Order: sequence, then structure tokens, then C-alpha cells
Amino acid sequence: MSSWDTDEPLRLPQQITLNYRFAGGHHASKFFRALRGEQKILATKCPNGHVLLPPRPVCGLCNLPTNDNWVEVGPGASLAGYTVVYVPFIDPMTGVKRPVPYGFGLVRFDGCDTNVYHLIDETDPAKLRIGLPVEPVWKDESERTGSFADIRWFKPVEGAE
Amino acid sequence: MSRAVAGVAVGQTHHASRRTDVSMPEMIREAIDRCLDSRGLRIKDVDAFVLGNMEMFEGINYVEQWMSDALGLAGKQVWKLNNGGTVGASTAITAYNLIASGYHDRVLCVGFEKQSEGSTQSAITTVGDPIWERAVMAGAIGNFAAMTSVYVNESGATAEQAAKVAVKARRNACNNEYAHLKLPNITVQEVLDSDMLAYPVRKLDMCPSSDGAAAVLFAAEDDAKKLSPRPAWVHAAVVAHDQQYMGDSPKRLAEMRSLIEARTKAYKIAGITDPVKELDVAEVYEPASYAELAMYECLAFCPKGGGGAHIDAGVSEMDGELPVNPSGGVLSTNPVGATALIRVAEATLQTMNEATGHQVPNVRRALATGYGGNAWTDLMILGTERL
Ligand SMILES: [Zn+2]
Repeated sequence: MSSWDTDEPLRLPQQITLNYRFAGGHHASKFFRALRGEQKILATKCPNGHVLLPPRPVCGLCNLPTNDNWVEVGPGASLAGYTVVYVPFIDPMTGVKRPVPYGFGLVRFDGCDTNVYHLIDETDPAKLRIGLPVEPVWKDESERTGSFADIRWFKPVEGAE
Repeated sequence: MSRAVAGVAVGQTHHASRRTDVSMPEMIREAIDRCLDSRGLRIKDVDAFVLGNMEMFEGINYVEQWMSDALGLAGKQVWKLNNGGTVGASTAITAYNLIASGYHDRVLCVGFEKQSEGSTQSAITTVGDPIWERAVMAGAIGNFAAMTSVYVNESGATAEQAAKVAVKARRNACNNEYAHLKLPNITVQEVLDSDMLAYPVRKLDMCPSSDGAAAVLFAAEDDAKKLSPRPAWVHAAVVAHDQQYMGDSPKRLAEMRSLIEARTKAYKIAGITDPVKELDVAEVYEPASYAELAMYECLAFCPKGGGGAHIDAGVSEMDGELPVNPSGGVLSTNPVGATALIRVAEATLQTMNEATGHQVPNVRRALATGYGGNAWTDLMILGTERL
């Protein structure tokens, strides 16, 4: 029996699909070319020495321009925060529910002053901790599209306590 | 010289996971009617509107247009804000500024959301920067849980202490006619046994998804005194923002920079040096149990690292020295666009001595916060004394 056949208030379903195309500009273009092509992580450095990832034209702490001052950070990194996610979440890049559980965390590249979120290749929270050394696991060159997802995930460095 | 401004009337809907009995305009009317009817007012008695919601949740752009007749906007001056979970409190602070400056005399703030009409989980991905953040997001809960690990690491707060916050909220909600999630018999053990959503955050540690709307009327000077027998005068109204990306704030939840900045400014403006003694009630925007513990610290209700001990000592319970979220808080009711305005609405009711069922005795000063977006804080202090 549909809601048309009862006195219940109706609910009217709709689905809309919207397509977008975002301009990466100078900083993202340089960063993602280096990420995809050379597996390098490039950050911008402000005049006061803040090393910022994502790279950006102005430091938010000092309000000073970074003047195209690039430094390579990582690939070594450590966990600045972590979780293991058990609820399915629709991956915004694919529209498909990501299989659970999966590790997720805030990653600090060595030499960087900010964190980035990424997936962690560990689903036992007891094996994760803040400060744990992690390293990127790269997708094969043919799979890399120029996005943070070119790093498949970060895995704990073998032997790290 | 700016004018004295006060909250003078409040209305809200019965909040629920699905208000499928009403359309959005019908739902908004419930809140506005309750607000204006409480003072015998009509739409014609209001000068201007400030509206807030999360457009992506329902997929309606121009949301003010499609609510126009229900709100009574034709011929009025209208502002619409759209700044995430903070938006409801931002409508109140905008109203305060519009009136304090002398630009308007009576401003009605309206916050609304129908989470049941859209897909919050999908829409929330649009919060992330499309170039830098969306590729590896894990939703609001994943983001929140990762932040929580930082707070737990810094403070040593335990799952039991967080669970006490979850219990307090759902029990307080039972005394609030309009709250969504009321669980009179909930126990700490039940919270600890509920499903793990994202370590260490469990289902009963998180806020629900709600449909609902809220309205608060602000007015100036002697007009405010005519409208309300005990107006909630604005003692401080502060907005603070943080840096661009989610990973920029090194400690996230453990040291919410925008909340600490807003609190520092607001306490200075209001002359508060010992908040637990000088405030009588607080309504904070706590999306999860752990967040409230962190907020005790960032609001200087306790020393840094003392959030867990603060709930253990019962200070924030209904009969404690500074009750936090007598309404049941966000953990009990979360129609996002209305949520932060509900904090202001509840602080207004408490100050006016009209929080039926969950009134804290002898409120002289109340604090309300909004929190959302990428760490954007709004903070208001309301009081019975006209400044
Ligand atoms: Zn800097």
C-alpha cells in the first residue's frame, strides 16, 4: 500500500545530480603534479618558518604571503590523531559506501607544522597511538589521478612501538 | 553609544527524527507562532528577520524564498546566514548587532532544519574543501572521533566520564517538553555497551539527527522591558574563527582555539573572572559527549585536563554549581540549522525564568555557545541586569 492509499501526509522523493569542476590554481597544480608524478609532498613555508600543508598563498597564523617558498616534507610521518570507523560512509569521490572497519587519522608529515586527514592501514585501535610513525603507501602510477587519494593510506612503520 | 539589547521571547517546535507531519514552512510556523504568541505579538510587530539553516541538507537554494509567506517576509528586511552548525547562534549575534547599532528595533531570529528530508551524511562531505579534503573524508563522526583521540590523549578523560555526559543530557531532556531524545532510564553502562561508531565514540555518545525549528525575538531598551517581564539582556556577544583546513589546529578538540578566544573576550566584556561562580547556567553546543568535557576546559569551568573530574564532581548536573545543558543539549536534539539558536533560546528562557520543567533556580547570568564549520565559535552571555 503506498502513501497515496492512506490519509498519511505524503513524502515526495526527488534525486538531483550536480556536476562540478574546481580550479586547482597555482598551488594545487604544483602540489598534485609533484605528488602524482614524483611521489613528493610539497608544502609552503611562511617568512616566520611555518611549514603549511595543504600549501597555500598566505599563512593563516601570520597573515604573511608564502611567496612561492616551497619545501619538501615527509614522506615519513606520524599520527597526530586517530580512530577506527565502524559506520559505513559514502565515499564522496566514488558515491560508494566504504567498507568498514577502516583506520582514519590526522597525519603529520615530518618537517610540517600542520596535519592532514587520511586513511590508516590498521583497524585495531589498540595498535594506534598519537606519535606512532607511519609512512604513505602509494597507488600504482596507472591509478594515480592527482589527489590525496594517490596515497592509498598510511601504514604504521614496521617495528615502530 | 550602542543600545542595550535583550532576548524577549522564545518559541520552538517539538523536535523529532522525522517531522513528516509538516512541510518545512508549516514546521517553521510552529516555532514562530509559539514565540510571538507568548507575548501577544504578530508578524507585523517585527521589523526584520535573520534566518539560518544548512541549505545542502535539504538541497534548497533560496530557502528564504520558499519559506517567505510562512515567515511573513514580504515587505520586511531579511538577512540569511549559512555558516554550518554555528548558524543559529550567528543569527542571534547578528540580531544583537542590528539592534545595538540602532538599525532595527525588533529582530526575529529563526533557525530550522529537516534532516529527514535529505542525506546529511552525503551533504556533510560538501563541508570539506573540494580540492584538498574531500578525497579522504570519513564523515562527521570519523572527523570527530579522530579529534577525540587527541583530547583523550591530552586530558586522560575516560569513556565512563564521557558516558556520564551522555546520561546527563538524555535525563535532562525528559524535563524539556520539546526535546527529541528522552531516555529517562539510561545508564552509564548502556552508553558503554552501545555500538562503537568510530573509536572511541559510541552511538549513545553522539547527537541524534533531528527535524525542528526555533525562533528568538530580540528587542532594545525600554521596548524590551515592555515585551518581557524579565528580559535576557545581552552582556556579551562574540564571534571567533579559526584557520582554513581541518588539520591546521594542532590540538583540535583538546584546545579549541576559537572557543578559547571567544570565551576570553566574552568574560572580559562581561567582567567574569570565575565562571563557575559568576554564571548560573550554560547551554553549550556539544555534538558528542567527549566534546562537552573538552568544552568545560576551554570555557575555563575547570583547569586544563580537568574535564573528566568536572563531570565526576557533578558540577554540571542539574543540582550542581553550574548546570550545563538543562534542556538536554545537542546530544538530545540536533536540527542543525536551529541547534545553536536553541542554545541561545534556552539561555534566554533560563534568564527570563521561563524554562518550564527544567528551570535552574535564580538564574542571573547564562552562557550559550554555537560551534561548527571548521571550528567557528559564537558565544553569548545573557543576564537579568540591564547594562
Ligand atoms: Zn606563519
